[in-house]
Amino acid sequence: MLLALPLGRREAEPEVPGRPDDATGARQVVRRFLRHRLAVLGLVILAALAVLALFGRQIAPHDPNAIIADVTTDAPSPGHPLGLDPVGRDNLSRLIDATRISLSVGVGSVAIYVTIGVILGAIAGYFGGWVDMVIMRLADVVLSFPTLMLILVVTAVVGPSFWNVILVLGLLGWPPVARLVRGEFLTLREREFTQAARALGARDSRIIFRHILPNASGPILVAATFGTAQAILVEAALSFLGLGVQPPQASWGNMLIAAQSLTVLEEKPWMWLPPGLMIFISVLAINFVGDGLRDALDPRLRR
Amino acid sequence: MLRYLVQRLLVALPVLLGVTLLSYAIISLAPGDPVDLLIDPNMSAHDIEQMRIRLGLDKPWPVRYAKWLGELARGNLGYSYLTGRPVAERIAERVGPTLSLTLSAFLLTYLVAIPVGVIAATRQYSWIDYLTSFFALAGNSIPTFFLGLAMIYIFSLKLDLFPTGGSATLGGPGGWLDRLHHLVLPAVVLSTTGMGRTMRFVRSAMLEVTRQDFIRTAWAKGLSRRAVIYKHALRNALIPVVTLIGLELPTLIGGAVITESVFGWPGMGRLTIEAISQRDYPVIMALNLLTALMVLAGQLLTDLLYALVDPRIRYS
Repeated sequence: MLLALPLGRREAEPEVPGRPDDATGARQVVRRFLRHRLAVLGLVILAALAVLALFGRQIAPHDPNAIIADVTTDAPSPGHPLGLDPVGRDNLSRLIDATRISLSVGVGSVAIYVTIGVILGAIAGYFGGWVDMVIMRLADVVLSFPTLMLILVVTAVVGPSFWNVILVLGLLGWPPVARLVRGEFLTLREREFTQAARALGARDSRIIFRHILPNASGPILVAATFGTAQAILVEAALSFLGLGVQPPQASWGNMLIAAQSLTVLEEKPWMWLPPGLMIFISVLAINFVGDGLRDALDPRLRR
Repeated sequence: MLRYLVQRLLVALPVLLGVTLLSYAIISLAPGDPVDLLIDPNMSAHDIEQMRIRLGLDKPWPVRYAKWLGELARGNLGYSYLTGRPVAERIAERVGPTLSLTLSAFLLTYLVAIPVGVIAATRQYSWIDYLTSFFALAGNSIPTFFLGLAMIYIFSLKLDLFPTGGSATLGGPGGWLDRLHHLVLPAVVLSTTGMGRTMRFVRSAMLEVTRQDFIRTAWAKGLSRRAVIYKHALRNALIPVVTLIGLELPTLIGGAVITESVFGWPGMGRLTIEAISQRDYPVIMALNLLTALMVLAGQLLTDLLYALVDPRIRYS
């Protein structure tokens, strides 16, 4: 396997056999994942949510931001199965429209912080020394805040909006990923295949991205999956507190603001129960997938 | 041990300094002026300028930060922009409610999670084991505020068992029973996220320990089930659980912000939301510093506890 490494050639590299993502390894992972029944269920739910997110505008029966004037009650009715919200907009359409918002925040912020975390963690773990020291102390500083407090302050300061929520979650979420990647790099950089690559004269960046990172991709993928679930929860909480996605744009979190009134909470459960359940179901589904991925990618962890 | 303690405190200092610098910078570089929220339309430009000077906002932020640090060293947390009262005073009245809420959630978590985790481990693959798995996943996936609202809906509005919010009955006779009555729902809600995780953690720690040789020896020499499980296995399984305490602390403090908002609990979490919406920066700074302190103290305590429960660990 080592002799097959096409070192020295920079472009047009053939796939290296024996890497963890080669065909047989991948097939094994898929098989183990499919055996995890809850994970498959989670994946099916996620697929349905993705359809809602992508085609929400076409699926929604009404304009999510339009005020319905021709109905006398805000209770569920044939035309509006989930009733209307306190402003008089169709709840079902808002619920569908909010799917896109929540999933985008989850995926977007995690994509940002996984990128940052992988780069910083790789640098810290690969080079060690004072670079490692500085990066990890910085991670400690960010981790010493209760994350939610920090996110609250920063979103309030930069102004709450959909993009700012993604940015703030993305820029503050990297320390756990950096720690994880650093740990993987610390062990992987001493392994024979890394030494072999180095002996053959590979550049640092090449060793980091072509040799070590693919071997650390499993735990990173699992962390990213659980992170997406977490980000959706945080976005919902921020929007519920009025510091996240702002109305009129619907988000599951800000749809629950209505329930802060005890009369709505007691007498109009159709206004707050569906968005709450949507958050719960989607986060649960992602966590199921994360569990399945973890078991499939690292059978040693299986209990 | 003492040397270790001093060392840890010396490491914590730059981290704390970094925390304050970071939050001061973020707050100061933000667009928007805190003075905007304090002025009334009748004030002249001169008055506004005077106010800015009085609050120290006319100087660049590194200067203000240095001044803030200097005051902090003398034990002064600054003055609220909004009320002009010392920040310490504004926070002091909120510390008690937050501590009682987080500590009871904390106790509840471990009082439930440890026995249930042990039972799940000793009866692996039984219905109770599956139930804990489900509970752990569900607890981790349900938004705190939604759970809180659902609890108020069921237990306060429909069943009328608990009050809907607050920490005591307004104008009521008071007393600890009344306060306990108000504490139940928020404490249960706040503990839910951590409880499921802790259960699973206790379970896997128990499973790990019970596979070790000394447990087989304990069985082999004819000890009772009780002695093996609770005396030998549990004691060793609790060692890694102690580390979890330090990890859960930030979650608990962060969760308190949401729980307090849902239940109208007059603690530091709600003060944070209030201070944020009022742009009362000195209060936000002090709250950030305090929470960071609590997190660091919790982590240090965890490490010390770790050495206490595991005699093999010696810090030197």
